[in-house]
Amino acid sequence: MMDNKMIVEGSLQSEDGGFSFLGRLPYYRGLGLSMIEDIQVTVDGEVQSRESVRFSVRGKTYTLDEMETVYDDRWNFGEKAKIIVLNGGLAAGDHQITFAVRYRVSYLPFVPTTKDTKDLALAA
Amino acid sequence: MSKIKRGVSLYSYQNETFQGKMTLEDCIRTSAELGARGIEIIGEQTFWGWPEYGAADADVENWHRLIKQYDCTPVSHDFMLDYKRYKGRIMPFDEQVASVKRDIEFGARLGMKFIRALVSIAPEVLVAAAPHAEEHGIKILIEVHAPLHFDHPWIVRHAEAFEKSGSDALGFLPDMGMFLHAFPPVWKEKFLRIGVPRNIADYIEKAYADRVLSEYVILEVQEMGGTGPAIAMAETLRHNAAFEPKRMLDYMPRIHNIHGKFYQMMEDTNGDCVEPSIPYDEIVKVLQQGGYEGYICSEYEGNRWIEDAEEPDSVEQVRRQQVMLAKLLGEAEVPTIKTSPTASADAEATREAAE
Repeated sequence: MMDNKMIVEGSLQSEDGGFSFLGRLPYYRGLGLSMIEDIQVTVDGEVQSRESVRFSVRGKTYTLDEMETVYDDRWNFGEKAKIIVLNGGLAAGDHQITFAVRYRVSYLPFVPTTKDTKDLALAA
Repeated sequence: MSKIKRGVSLYSYQNETFQGKMTLEDCIRTSAELGARGIEIIGEQTFWGWPEYGAADADVENWHRLIKQYDCTPVSHDFMLDYKRYKGRIMPFDEQVASVKRDIEFGARLGMKFIRALVSIAPEVLVAAAPHAEEHGIKILIEVHAPLHFDHPWIVRHAEAFEKSGSDALGFLPDMGMFLHAFPPVWKEKFLRIGVPRNIADYIEKAYADRVLSEYVILEVQEMGGTGPAIAMAETLRHNAAFEPKRMLDYMPRIHNIHGKFYQMMEDTNGDCVEPSIPYDEIVKVLQQGGYEGYICSEYEGNRWIEDAEEPDSVEQVRRQQVMLAKLLGEAEVPTIKTSPTASADAEATREAAE
């Protein structure tokens, strides 16, 4: 659900050593960060390494490994998290971004991965 | 006049609240204008922070202010209990019970009568938390939801545990989706969009109407050459069935809230509204026969079946269901929305633009 609303339109921007965009959890509620198993970002067909991804909400930034044991913070319902990728940066212009999230839901007999792909422009 | 009351689970408006198109005030006011004055929430959907870092006092004060302003009644805080919080191991029993106790306290803080437990939670956890619920004037209701139903051994086990506990703080919250009498048209249309051949989709819809065992339907679809999406469509029959509303009658003393699940409300030119796959006329009759006096809370779940093709209009869908429910309950007035359902969100956006 809300799969096509995961990536926030117009949110691509440059960061020191990389780029970021805003992402939402495709779910009718939020989740504690320890239940976010993986976030995979693909840019123009190139999969970015797990180590290069950072997740940031309300001024706090985590690596994906750190998130696995974070029990006192969460990705709230509809909350726009800043997804940072430290890949050295992107050239100005259009980029195709795929944002895939794997999350552990207690009541589901499987671990879902949901993704969204959008073309986002990076201002010069 | 029926003693059954109308309410809305704010889950119904998720497509709008997720995007910030409706605020909590919009949700509560719209429900109240429809005469659906019982408000149910998924606590952690409505209150950012819950449970990991807690709900802000200001947000809880706002909740009480809105409930009072629109003359509504808090009905249920639906809690989740993430017992898979720790990677690779299930949360220990004592910690699960402590977690349920915190949700009992949160429900009481919101003025709720009930908290909803997911059906996968073990009965022993709920029984252990029952005395705490009694102290706080809360009942813990386990949601009986498809593919489970009132004759399933897992639900029977809960019922036995509840009786043995002697506590009246334990009960059931049936989800009307378990009485799926016809294959929902919005499901069929979605499966057609993702590539199920028309003849196979027609066959599955007909087989559902004929109550054919799911495993036979799956085999038949394979023999028709069905792959991927066609098999997935057939497999929905494993998880859904036309159980009978009258099965609720044995459990009436412990049924305290109802999820008015629906996938699609259709409206004819006379303004009459109907859910094509769930028999609400029969459901209301059974509930009245059983002496039910609680709420039926709208729970719109068609959003996820149509959002790939069109933007859901949750408010219109809830309005139609409330029109149907009011008529089935013998109410004279037709529920009507008077204020724009996005009035409060629009006002906030205007304020922010001015700053």
